[in-house]
Amino acid sequence: MKIISKLWIFIGVLIALSPLGLLLPEHFKAGSAWGEWGADEMQELVGYIPKGLERLSSIWSAPIPDYAFKGWEEKPMLSLSIAYILSAVVGILICVGVVFIFGRFLSKKE
Amino acid sequence: MHIPDGYLGPGTCGLFYLAMLPIWTAASRIVKKTLNARQVPLLAIGAAFSFVIMMFNVPIPGGTTGHAVGGVIVAILLGPWAACIAITVALVIQALLFGDGGITAIGANCFNMAFVLPFTGYYIYKAISCGAPIDSKRRVVAAGVAGYVALNIAAGVAGFVFGIQPLLHKTSGGQALYCPYGLNVALPVMLGEHLLVFGWVEAIVTALVIKYLQKHAPELLAEGRKI
Repeated sequence: MKIISKLWIFIGVLIALSPLGLLLPEHFKAGSAWGEWGADEMQELVGYIPKGLERLSSIWSAPIPDYAFKGWEEKPMLSLSIAYILSAVVGILICVGVVFIFGRFLSKKE
Repeated sequence: MHIPDGYLGPGTCGLFYLAMLPIWTAASRIVKKTLNARQVPLLAIGAAFSFVIMMFNVPIPGGTTGHAVGGVIVAILLGPWAACIAITVALVIQALLFGDGGITAIGANCFNMAFVLPFTGYYIYKAISCGAPIDSKRRVVAAGVAGYVALNIAAGVAGFVFGIQPLLHKTSGGQALYCPYGLNVALPVMLGEHLLVFGWVEAIVTALVIKYLQKHAPELLAEGRKI
């Protein structure tokens, strides 16, 4: 098998395993990444929500926030894991599409 | 290391967009000159790899989480300029679609993870592996060291950028307007957690991929194929 095909399979395996990135932090009771707290967490941490942060933090409403579907916050871990995998698939398909479009313009013909 | 919206003031955000413009332009120009059409699939795999590896949040029990970027391996295989483009694509999609990293902070996040990280990683790998045979252990070690150091330097830059915000932006009452933690907290925390935990993840990922490619596709590691 060509190495490129093997590497695509490797990416597929990583996608399938990606919910580990959700389940392990949950299991070990690890919170947000440092400096990536929401406004509520900020209130708890420093006792107030910085004014500029409050204004800017909602400037963009991502269609699939935090790799989960909107309104799924309270769903069980299994659903969240499925959403996580689907997010990885969607994100990677777009990544690959964008790189291939760029590649058409950016690569030299042989 | 994905700085969200609201943690950096408008000046910092603008400055990093301005800094990235010539870098993105140079990257496009250089990649256009050197990338073969048959290397495009590898570049796509690089972007996909970086995207998915960043979803593997590694916990510090009871504390925070962090992750590898996967950018050093892309830089080793395709060169730092191509890696810059691959990681930028992943970061922009993460910000726009998934709200991972702010849209105002795309410049800053790309500066750290798509510029500082692949370039430092690439040159460290090159310096250590210089002249070593393709199948040598030295290349695996070089990849590991490059991954570790590059992720930590990028984390240090992110910590510095977080940390100068309270110096730049304060209300008259002394409250921070954006990131409330100064250099005395942001820098040691960002550096510390990456030195202790997340840096090792980038090191192991980079070294393992090199080890695998030495066995299965040594032609990808040959000098001169790099961009």
